[in-house]
Amino acid sequence: MSVWTVVEHRAGAMRDVTADLLARAGGLDAGPVTAVVLAGPGEADGLVSGLPPGAHRVAVAEHPDLAGFNGAAWAAVLAALARREVPAVILGAHSAAGADWAPALAALLDAPVVTDAVDLAWEDGALTAQRSVYGGKLHARVRLAPASTTVATVRPGGADAPLPAGTAAVDRVEVQVPSGLGKRFVEWVQEAAGSVDIAQADVLVSVGRGIGDAESVEVAEALAEALGATVSCSRPVVDLGWLPKERQVGVSGKTVKPKVYLALGISGAFQHVTAMKDAGCIIAVNKDPKAPIFRTAHYGIVGDLFKVVPALIKAVREARGTA
Amino acid sequence: MNLAVFVKQVPDTAEADLVVAADGRSVRTGDAPLQLNEWDRFALEEAVLWKERTGGALTAFLVGPEEHEDALRRCLAVGADRAVRVWDPALPGQGPCAVARVLRAAVGDEPYDLFLCGAQAADDGFGLVGPLLAGELGIPSATLVNRLELQDGRVRCTRELEAGWGEVVDLDLPALVTIQTGINEPRYVSILGIRKARKKPIDLLGLGDVGLDDRRVGEAGSRLRVEAFAPPPAGREAEFLEGPPDAVARQVVDLLREKGGVL
Ligand SMILES: Cc1cc2nc3c(=O)[nH]c(=O)nc-3n(C[C@H](O)[C@H](O)[C@H](O)COP(=O)(O)OP(=O)(O)OC[C@H]3O[C@@H](n4cnc5c(N)ncnc54)[C@H](O)[C@@H]3O)c2cc1C
Ligand SMILES: Nc1ncnc2c1ncn2[C@@H]1O[C@H](COP(=O)(O)O)[C@@H](O)[C@H]1O
Repeated sequence: MSVWTVVEHRAGAMRDVTADLLARAGGLDAGPVTAVVLAGPGEADGLVSGLPPGAHRVAVAEHPDLAGFNGAAWAAVLAALARREVPAVILGAHSAAGADWAPALAALLDAPVVTDAVDLAWEDGALTAQRSVYGGKLHARVRLAPASTTVATVRPGGADAPLPAGTAAVDRVEVQVPSGLGKRFVEWVQEAAGSVDIAQADVLVSVGRGIGDAESVEVAEALAEALGATVSCSRPVVDLGWLPKERQVGVSGKTVKPKVYLALGISGAFQHVTAMKDAGCIIAVNKDPKAPIFRTAHYGIVGDLFKVVPALIKAVREARGTA
Repeated sequence: MNLAVFVKQVPDTAEADLVVAADGRSVRTGDAPLQLNEWDRFALEEAVLWKERTGGALTAFLVGPEEHEDALRRCLAVGADRAVRVWDPALPGQGPCAVARVLRAAVGDEPYDLFLCGAQAADDGFGLVGPLLAGELGIPSATLVNRLELQDGRVRCTRELEAGWGEVVDLDLPALVTIQTGINEPRYVSILGIRKARKKPIDLLGLGDVGLDDRRVGEAGSRLRVEAFAPPPAGREAEFLEGPPDAVARQVVDLLREKGGVL
């Protein structure tokens, strides 16, 4: 029995989540941990030398079709290796990469699969997972059917188990990538930098969908002006065209760590919270007392932001003597 | 292009006061309105755009009870030509793998060129049904797509990754994509439009009609089972500031001074 951790990297650089994954894999108690590195020709050595501790063995596969990222190629290679070695669990990150290769791998192996687990346990030869569901308002415990191999992805940022140090044996494995996958990697792309860098701001006034419409964003802008702060937002505000993309906080936007983060009408989905939870002082205004943001915020105000924010603008102006 | 879109009706999680039922295994959503899953609104719009651009046809599929039919009415109202709902009392709580199998069976032999799903459902958030369905169909897929271009016999997809990164991949058709929010601007649908769509028929299929029995999709066929729902475990628990807006505002000003060094 063994656990595989699929090493996540992009454009030659290891992604932080790999350390997390290795800690999780060790904590599962389902056998020794193999870190699997899939990479293009000549890419693997750098990744292997930068590998966080925690693996008993490193399996390295290089192939021209593994350059860049092609979830179908990753799934095909992992499936072929898994048929040979039959790991009990194949663990990946609930990331954009994991969202692509893990379900595809489960389909190829006809294996049970769970995604976005916040916790995993190995019990009586089967995997159970804790998941955060309904936008973080509930937790669900799910049990996977016993199977020779199970596929799971975990939410990044959860593990804090110390990683055992030590050197792992490196195995180079020969792999074939089947032709006819019907999917080809073309290129990486990166968004152009905007004119405002919200990551530089000391104070962020951040608006979510609760702001209601484009015009109402002014309310937040007025507060930001009174405070000398910068306006940022959650993803739907960008999707709806109320603010430009450069203002977005979150996994697919920017990670921020201001001294003060004011969250106005933001529910607190993990894709948002994970990128602002380290702010010095988080104050959230939300009309829903059960909004998950109140489990990240240091201070909470249950109420209508359109009542709270005008009062706050007034109080700030008074405090600054600019009223 | 012959297109298929897969949609789910879910509670508005931001508004819903969710209560775990006495059996611990189901969730009551109270008076919270059901709505078309946010990611599926963008998938539907993308499907309609490609139907309009290529002069094709669009079929919408849903696995769900009658209360979820509004999602299909919405699809018909914005341009779907046909809607299919599959339902069986054995289905609730059977998980994404069973849903994917049912959808595979419902698709049948119809030669669709492009299959579109949402990147995830707002309730269970698995992001599994799409890629598992592609697996069942034996066709290539790409998840989290935020840009689609059609080029002779294939689609060029931009996948959204983290922190401003993206990747471009090509898929040979037929293919399945899961759509990320923000890819387009979903059109407004009036209540009247949805009401008009009531006249269009929705095909209702049972498991037998699609050639499945509940060994493949029932308790036995499902490989993931929700054992219990519970309130989330304690987190950082905010300290709540109470009082009328003016009083709360003064407390915030004090906090900004003490904790933020602002003001
Ligand atoms: C792959 C992926 C990547 C993602 N990346 C990001 C990302 O980078 N950033 C991001 O933010 N999200 C991201 N998301 C989306 C995320 O899952 C949530 O959908 C999103 O964060 C919700 O935004 P919100 O809180 O503004 O909206 P909602 O969840 O709709 O919440 C609105 C809140 O406003 C409150 N409210 C309404 N009216 C008022 C009022 N008058 N006064 C006070 N409160 C009010 C409501 O109670 C509710 O809590 C991503 C999702 C996926 C799948
Ligand atoms: N019951 C269903 N009927 C039709 N499509 C569904 C259903 N459940 C999920 N889907 C599709 O699969 C996507 C991802 O759902 P999930 O895997 O549950 O996160 C959704 O956005 C829909 O496109």
